Amino acid sequence: MTEKSYRDAIRDAMMEEMDRDPNVLIMGEDIGVYEGTFRITAGMLKKYGPKRVIDTPIAEAGMAGTAVGMAMLGLRPIVEMMTMNFAIVAADQILNHAAKVRYFSGGQVDVPMVIRGPQGAGVQLSAQHSQSFESFYAHFPGIHVVAPATPADAKGMLKTAIRGKDPVIFLESAALYGMKGEVPDDPDFTVPFGKSRVAREGKDVTIVSYSRMLQLSLIVADKLAEDEGIECEVIDLRSLRPLDMDPVYASVAKTHRAVVVQEQWKPFGAAAEISASITEAMFDELDAPVYRVTGEDVPMPYARNLELLATPHEEHIVRGVKKVMYA
Amino acid sequence: MAKAKKESSSAVADPACAPEWTDLLKQMILIRRFEEATEREFRKGKIGGYLHVYIGQEAVASGILSALNEDDIVFCGYRDHAQALVRGSDPDKVMAELFGKGSGISKGKGGSMHLFDAEHGLYGGYGIVGGHLTLAAGAAYALRYQNTERVAVCYFGDGAMNIGSFHEAMNMAGLWGHQGMCPIIFVIENNGYAMGTSVERHSALTDLSARVRAYDIPTEKVDGQDIFAVRGVADRVVRQVRETGKPYCIEANTYRFSGHGAADILQPYRPKEEVEKHRQRDPIVILRNRLTELCGLAEDEVKEMDTWATEVAANAVKFAEEAPLAEPEELFTDVVAEHGPRPVRESEHD
Repeated sequence: MTEKSYRDAIRDAMMEEMDRDPNVLIMGEDIGVYEGTFRITAGMLKKYGPKRVIDTPIAEAGMAGTAVGMAMLGLRPIVEMMTMNFAIVAADQILNHAAKVRYFSGGQVDVPMVIRGPQGAGVQLSAQHSQSFESFYAHFPGIHVVAPATPADAKGMLKTAIRGKDPVIFLESAALYGMKGEVPDDPDFTVPFGKSRVAREGKDVTIVSYSRMLQLSLIVADKLAEDEGIECEVIDLRSLRPLDMDPVYASVAKTHRAVVVQEQWKPFGAAAEISASITEAMFDELDAPVYRVTGEDVPMPYARNLELLATPHEEHIVRGVKKVMYA
Repeated sequence: MAKAKKESSSAVADPACAPEWTDLLKQMILIRRFEEATEREFRKGKIGGYLHVYIGQEAVASGILSALNEDDIVFCGYRDHAQALVRGSDPDKVMAELFGKGSGISKGKGGSMHLFDAEHGLYGGYGIVGGHLTLAAGAAYALRYQNTERVAVCYFGDGAMNIGSFHEAMNMAGLWGHQGMCPIIFVIENNGYAMGTSVERHSALTDLSARVRAYDIPTEKVDGQDIFAVRGVADRVVRQVRETGKPYCIEANTYRFSGHGAADILQPYRPKEEVEKHRQRDPIVILRNRLTELCGLAEDEVKEMDTWATEVAANAVKFAEEAPLAEPEELFTDVVAEHGPRPVRESEHD
């Protein structure tokens, strides 16, 4: 184990996989000479050269679409989106092409590609640069959607994504890039998709989350335990598609109360899907309706005080926990 | 800026009477009879969804794809039956696909718009206009990245040239071409209409090739009704692209004799006289006449080809009709390689 930042874990995963397999390459805007807006790709152009570290024009549809073609022909492209907000430009390439070609060809091709980049709010980037897209992508069959919350998962899940056979939307939290954590050194360390984990054990309330909100939920759980003796069990979903609900159900069977936490907007969001699944599967076990903690239903404002009002914070999770406890 | 060649005229290819031309005539007649059969079966309700036939444009598929090697690859839009047949896809399996049968070329999961036959280098068959251009450019990059001498061909209509992915694909292909990393032949199937909107109504600049040259990709126009001209250009261009790894664009001026799709019956966007005028330049008749006049191709031989093609098409229809339906379990396969979906309606599938 070595302590690594979330950012370095992502870079390590890519470089180790590029060392391991010459078919892995990366492309994106300003990832080479400029070394990446978030410096995820620093040093990669120098090491692997321009054929494998491709600086592209500002053309997200071009990047995603060419990656689909490369993947169909046996390469394993990683597309870095400067932020996932820009990937909307490539929605047709991702949703109509990457996600569909295996199916409408009757399984004649694999499409092993990764589209990765940061998302989320918190640093006054306003309406077009602060969105979260997990429910948008997870709605569509034919792709995997993952959102790791720790450096170890970031590394292990990115390796799984790169080694896989399908398109993966790899959602990084920009706010977590600097976060440090223990990461296994084994170059073959991978984290499988579709395996939710219990991030913290507890008996009173189940909190379900992923990505940055998972970290926030853990902080809240510790505080509630210390201050009020409420023991929350926190489940890290890790991947939204495939979605592993079994640990959630097992936890709800124990706690009979659940809160789902997400950064994105409430309507039609990931928390709605999880809440509905819990209700469908565990109705008889529930002692309270499943509660959703989400961002406010507005485009992200620029002003710092308004941005803080628009995103979920510790007190919102605390309120959610108390709500399902009727406390 | 890249150069434009003048439209190539049919300087009768030499040797004009090589047996290959007869084979190409046979192939074009097969495409025609096959597609006429699909139109009939569509009207009978045997084929569902959309059906876009290539009738009138056959020389653009046969003329260019016959210049390729077996391991070269092809991408095209949804008007894709001709490309599949020329690449060597089994007509039975293609027809079964159109009938939505389990023994279709894509297990009945794609249909007319998504013919796909990786074994024969056909990488689809795409239904979003212009969407596949970026895929083709990336595939071409992969071919060079893997140090092969294979090339990609990407067909698209004039109507595909106004959407963003066209421009993004062209620009990236042009850039990668500078490194010798994009061996692709873009083929504009300029049939004059984006569905029902004519070129002068959909493109601010009606010289479509000029718009490709803006991305430093050389272009050449060719009479798409004349397979001698098409093949002549294709032979030279394919060789050049294979050698240089740089993209090239062929604008084939052609015309579709049928409607945009099988449901386009009234065709209010073009006068009947215009269609009639273009029918006088039927690519099959042009090739047949040439072979008859210059090479002494006998009327009987042409009839024989026709009988053969009609039979292949009829057999394909018979095969498709008798083919079993797709197995219900197939609904859930090929979505993803791992972690595939589980039935939503558990009880119905248990």
